[in-house]
Amino acid sequence: MEWIFRSDLPIYSQLVERIKLGIVSGSFRPGERLPSVRDMAAEAGVNPNTMQRALQELERDGMVYAQRTAGRFVTEDMRVIEHTKKQFAEEQIRSFLDAMGKLGYRREEILSLLAEEKEEEHGNT
Amino acid sequence: MAILECRDLSKRFGAVQALDTVSLKIEPGRVIGLLGPNGSGKTTLLKLANGLLTPTGGEILIEGMAPGNETKSAVSYLPDKPYLAEWMKVRQLLDFFQDFYADFDRDKAMEMLLRLNIDENMRIKEMSKGTREKTQLILVMSRKAMLYLLDEPIGGVDPATRDYILDTIIRNYNPEAAVVISTHLIADVEQVLDDVIFINQGKIVLESSVDQIREEHGMSVDQYFREVFRC
Repeated sequence: MEWIFRSDLPIYSQLVERIKLGIVSGSFRPGERLPSVRDMAAEAGVNPNTMQRALQELERDGMVYAQRTAGRFVTEDMRVIEHTKKQFAEEQIRSFLDAMGKLGYRREEILSLLAEEKEEEHGNT
Repeated sequence: MAILECRDLSKRFGAVQALDTVSLKIEPGRVIGLLGPNGSGKTTLLKLANGLLTPTGGEILIEGMAPGNETKSAVSYLPDKPYLAEWMKVRQLLDFFQDFYADFDRDKAMEMLLRLNIDENMRIKEMSKGTREKTQLILVMSRKAMLYLLDEPIGGVDPATRDYILDTIIRNYNPEAAVVISTHLIADVEQVLDDVIFINQGKIVLESSVDQIREEHGMSVDQYFREVFRC
């Protein structure tokens, strides 16, 4: 995957988001060992200190844990992963509702549009 | 100890004050962007660090020593202009670097030459401008130095090579060494930098980390630079 960064946010916080997304979407599996900081930095095309900072932040959030010599691992705590996944979902929903609100749709209309969309999907399969 | 330190460093060329009481410290483990418009003093600063110029005032120290024979073994410098002998073949340059620098890693240089499709039987004068620049950079990056001073390392190369060079800088990362990249192609290097130094008319106008600028100003270093140096 290609790493593209927004210009209005710190790079490390964008790395945190990207890796979290990788964990909740299963690209990094629970308990999986993460590559070394240097390899992850090279993969993302960022400075190793920046990647290090992102991983420390993920440790504080409980998304990854470090084992002194063996490296860093993705958490096996499914509650933490589910919780983070829910946060991502809520964020998506908020920005969707926000965009629809700007188009002038009210909640009920949005819900009926979603229901229609769902029927169409069923119809297509 | 700082790898590079300047104390009230000044350099004057006749009526031109190229550097004006510059004080800064560069610590190990950092990748630093030396950023400024044309003629701001970037190249002068790097030349002073290599002993190619002598200060008019103040001092510049590499690991606590004034630039000289001893510091040259710790500093790997990429000048802003071509400096390799035109008649030499790549293989001869490899011999040359091996003779001169105890920290030169020939295998590493060979690997990079191969990656960038540079034939070791080629002479410098037969190369395109971009290939010359790549060859120079490969030689400089193949040393295991304490301080890399790279003056416009990506200016003349294509975007794919640029990516490869930046990748090389990341993979080369050594917590005990520091890398200084002087450039005005900020958007391209921003992601690999820890800190930036903005220099203008011989004076330091800003020292900050990349993420601090993004956090405080909500814009990239590139965008911030354009604001600070708006013409």
